[in-house]
Amino acid sequence: MTARAVQSWTLTPLMDFVREASARLVLLMTPAGQVLAQSGFSRAVDVMSASALGAAIVASTTELAKQLHQPPFAALNHQGHHHGIFLSTFALERGTVVVLAVYDLDVSSLGLVQLFYEQLAADLKAASPKGGVPKQVLAADFERELSESLNTLFGR
Amino acid sequence: MNAALDLITRVRGVRGAMLVAGDDGLVVAEQLMEGIKGSAVAALAASLAGRLRRAMEAAGVGASVFWHLQADQGTLLVVPAPSGILVVAVAEPDVNVGLVRLELLRAAETVG
Repeated sequence: MTARAVQSWTLTPLMDFVREASARLVLLMTPAGQVLAQSGFSRAVDVMSASALGAAIVASTTELAKQLHQPPFAALNHQGHHHGIFLSTFALERGTVVVLAVYDLDVSSLGLVQLFYEQLAADLKAASPKGGVPKQVLAADFERELSESLNTLFGR
Repeated sequence: MNAALDLITRVRGVRGAMLVAGDDGLVVAEQLMEGIKGSAVAALAASLAGRLRRAMEAAGVGASVFWHLQADQGTLLVVPAPSGILVVAVAEPDVNVGLVRLELLRAAETVG
């Protein structure tokens, strides 16, 4: 299982989560879809699609919660025949992190993923560099930032 | 469901009892002493149950009816109900295993 990170402090918590929750694919990203780290993906195009779709789901469910005058949904789980998809967010000092995890129902379960997700959030909070707000990515720079992130994630 | 758990937790040495969804490892009902993390026990029990089921199928010995995991500071006893629910007891290491098993089997019958 290959794990790579754009932000190096995310790598150890991510690898621990992948091992303990037996997750097949994991993506850590911002709500804007900027990828921080990934595990299990073999193609850049899959990371791009998954991050865009994950960010879109978070945005739409957050908006739906607003319409219902509720706080944002804590987590979303979709269980299929063979795989489950878990999507959740938590806040760091540096901003919100979105976690997208895909797990095989043969080797893992929602209970395991939820359990170790709590640990992942705690580990990332502890590992996150303190102070200093990450620079915002402007629309004009987005493509270059995306290319650089994907190059890092896939070791090009 | 709570009545079924009541009978298990009345056995001396039992620290808690739970009904766990076997497929996803989530807690359905629980009666636990303080300090026991139900979600962790549920996830562990369901994970073990799934792996055990596949191992036993591969070994050609059929489905498990009861399993007992002994640790240094406690013990986990599980009976899978036909519906896929796991009836779980967390107990002291020196608990009367036979008595707990009897109550777990009764609870599994109730749960169906």
